[in-house]
Amino acid sequence: MTKETRDPLVTVKNLHVDFDVRDGIVHAVDGASFNIYRGQTLGIIGESGCGKSITAKAIMNMIPKQGKVTGEITFYEKSEEGSGEIINEIRLDQTDPDGEVIRKIRGGHIAMIFQEPMSSMTPVYTAGFHIIEAVHLHRFMSAEKIGGQMGKNIQKKRPVTEAEAREIAIEMLRRVGIPNAEKRVDSYPHELSGGQRQRVMIAIALSTYPDLLIADEPTTALDVSIEAQILDLMRELQETQDMAIMFITHNLGVIAEIADEIVVMYMGKEVERSDTIAIFENPKHPYTKALLGSIPEIGEKKDKLETIEGMVPSPFNLPSGCVFHPRCPSFMPGKCDCVYPEYAEVADGHWARCLLYDGCWPETTEAQAVKNQAVAAD
Amino acid sequence: MGAFIIRRVFYAIIMLFVVSFVSFVIISLPAGDFLDQKIAELEARGDRSASQRVDDYRERYGLDQPLLTQYWLWISNFVQGDFGLSFEYDRPVRELIGQRLTLSILLSLTTLTFTWAIAIPLGVYSAVNQYSLGDQIITTIAFIGIGIPGFLLALIVLYVAIVILNQDVVGLFSQQFKDAPWSLAKVWDLMKHLWVPALIGAVTGTAGTIRIMRGNLLDTFGQAFIESARARGLKQRTVVWRHAVRMAITPLIIILGTEAFPGILAGNILVEVVLGLPTIGPLYIQALTTQDMYMAGTVLVLIVFLLLVGNLVTDLVLAWIDPRVRLE
Ligand SMILES: Nc1ncnc2c1ncn2[C@@H]1O[C@H](COP(=O)(O)OP(=O)(O)OP(=O)(O)O)[C@@H](O)[C@H]1O
Ligand code: SF4
Ligand SMILES: [Mg+2]
Repeated sequence: MTKETRDPLVTVKNLHVDFDVRDGIVHAVDGASFNIYRGQTLGIIGESGCGKSITAKAIMNMIPKQGKVTGEITFYEKSEEGSGEIINEIRLDQTDPDGEVIRKIRGGHIAMIFQEPMSSMTPVYTAGFHIIEAVHLHRFMSAEKIGGQMGKNIQKKRPVTEAEAREIAIEMLRRVGIPNAEKRVDSYPHELSGGQRQRVMIAIALSTYPDLLIADEPTTALDVSIEAQILDLMRELQETQDMAIMFITHNLGVIAEIADEIVVMYMGKEVERSDTIAIFENPKHPYTKALLGSIPEIGEKKDKLETIEGMVPSPFNLPSGCVFHPRCPSFMPGKCDCVYPEYAEVADGHWARCLLYDGCWPETTEAQAVKNQAVAAD
Repeated sequence: MGAFIIRRVFYAIIMLFVVSFVSFVIISLPAGDFLDQKIAELEARGDRSASQRVDDYRERYGLDQPLLTQYWLWISNFVQGDFGLSFEYDRPVRELIGQRLTLSILLSLTTLTFTWAIAIPLGVYSAVNQYSLGDQIITTIAFIGIGIPGFLLALIVLYVAIVILNQDVVGLFSQQFKDAPWSLAKVWDLMKHLWVPALIGAVTGTAGTIRIMRGNLLDTFGQAFIESARARGLKQRTVVWRHAVRMAITPLIIILGTEAFPGILAGNILVEVVLGLPTIGPLYIQALTTQDMYMAGTVLVLIVFLLLVGNLVTDLVLAWIDPRVRLE
């Protein structure tokens, strides 16, 4: 699909999430804008604490009560019958977090799996119970056709029966590669390995045929070999189910394998976005370049991108100008510590936030003065 | 599972022997026994046949023999259902306890029902609406409830009922039903009295239970499976009750087993004494103060028995509601 014809599924515009905590305000997400297109995989990468999970939770409208969300998050609902035109644009950020609208989307249109496969299932319920619970909420069977009008089929929907739900659960477990699914459907979480639990979480998520699967570091807690299996599985299921994936990770090796497009985040800010090939072959932002310099070898497992020099600054004491400047190898004194770069398209479809690029300099007179002064000094 | 139960029962029996022996020794420790006093008292009144009767008991229970023999006599009769004689009442302990046991069980069941019916919804509300006005009010009342001893509450209730409202709340029966045979009217009369001690017990018990429920639930809310349950699109109510409360209820089950079972006999003794209830609690206190050794020993052994039964039941219930619990 060419860029022009891509179907947007979720659009995020200028998203901010602030937490008012005792020591001050944490800008957990500080201006993120990206689109997720139908059937595509968007990768989100950044160090721990940069706001990846919060961005995902904002899409699910599951930000904890203390958090303040601004910006626009829109979900484009497609008609399930006929031509599949967009029938509804839902502002997810404006839905009631416990209301019916978002509950239909959560798990139904947008499913999410979390970082902690070990504790994502309620310990007292079986694998099947979890899948069946989701199926009962979101899946309907088309009953007999009651008539066709103007080329559209009008079909009655009925809820899934208990027996059908169990069938679906077993079928899903089989599809995610759980051996002996008819038996495993009755297994409790503690009877499954970490990899199996994450497979079950994927089965739960996919059992409702969502349009988007948000996978928040789904393999971080798993062995490298299991990680590869889970990634293969997700890719395979994505093809058969025509589903978009928002894949969150701090592992560039993983994201190179799965993503079509990548968003790089640093301290709540989106610092670079482009298609995967451009990010890897021609990274623009010094932070991305540093990340690329620290890709773990194949087979090596790292929990942190520790090879980037310097520490992530405290969220209460943000560096002036570009927040990356204390760690940046391309730091330009007098510029980077004075001017906060804007997010600009620095090449075709390639966005970055760095003063190395003219487009990122704000139009304000102060900023322009700094720029010109520095140019004069060169 | 069968092996587990058998092993536990076996341990329980050993435990009961140890406890019965220790309590027997402690109760007979003070110098001079109950019968010495009784004889002195009766002879002072010139009652010869009583003195003869007392000698009979002395022989039957081996009271002039070494402690170990006494214990052996008592315990071997005990396992056959003869708990010995209450010297105070001059009647078999079994008969005295039997009369009151039903009322004790009834009272503790009513108290427990009140407690849980109040505490669980309030605890859940408090946790779901943490720091809300409702939560603050519930928390404050709960702390007051924890702070006020039950007997004080009983005294206050007595004062208000008798002095201000002129109501009869003492005991479990009105005067005319006290010794009457069981009838519908008597049951109704019992109900009219029972709620007072049950409510007092509930108020003091509820407070702690609310706090436990609230705390556990808040811990559970922070768990990953709650977030994934919400992400599945479940209603908030379903997430709370089906996933969170189901997990947070475990400590209450443990309390149920370890406190409620022995609590049948020794739950709120002071309240029962203040309200003059015909339950086992006051009988036990009296037996301890008058050195009515078989009575006191029997109640003590029964309390421990209930504790052990409670523990076993708790383990079985936990294994039933939580698949991670293994009975080994
Ligand atoms: N409930 C909260 N209250 C206050 N601050 C929060 C809360 N949740 C998250 N934050 C802050 O928001 C920031 C972003 O958190 P987030 O969980 O999105 O990080 P992340 O990128 O997912 O990191 P990781 O890779 O460790 O999962 C962090 O600095 C965190 O401290
Ligand atoms: S703006 Fe300056 S400090 Fe920030 S990333 Fe670009 S070069 Fe580095
Ligand atoms: Mg995270």
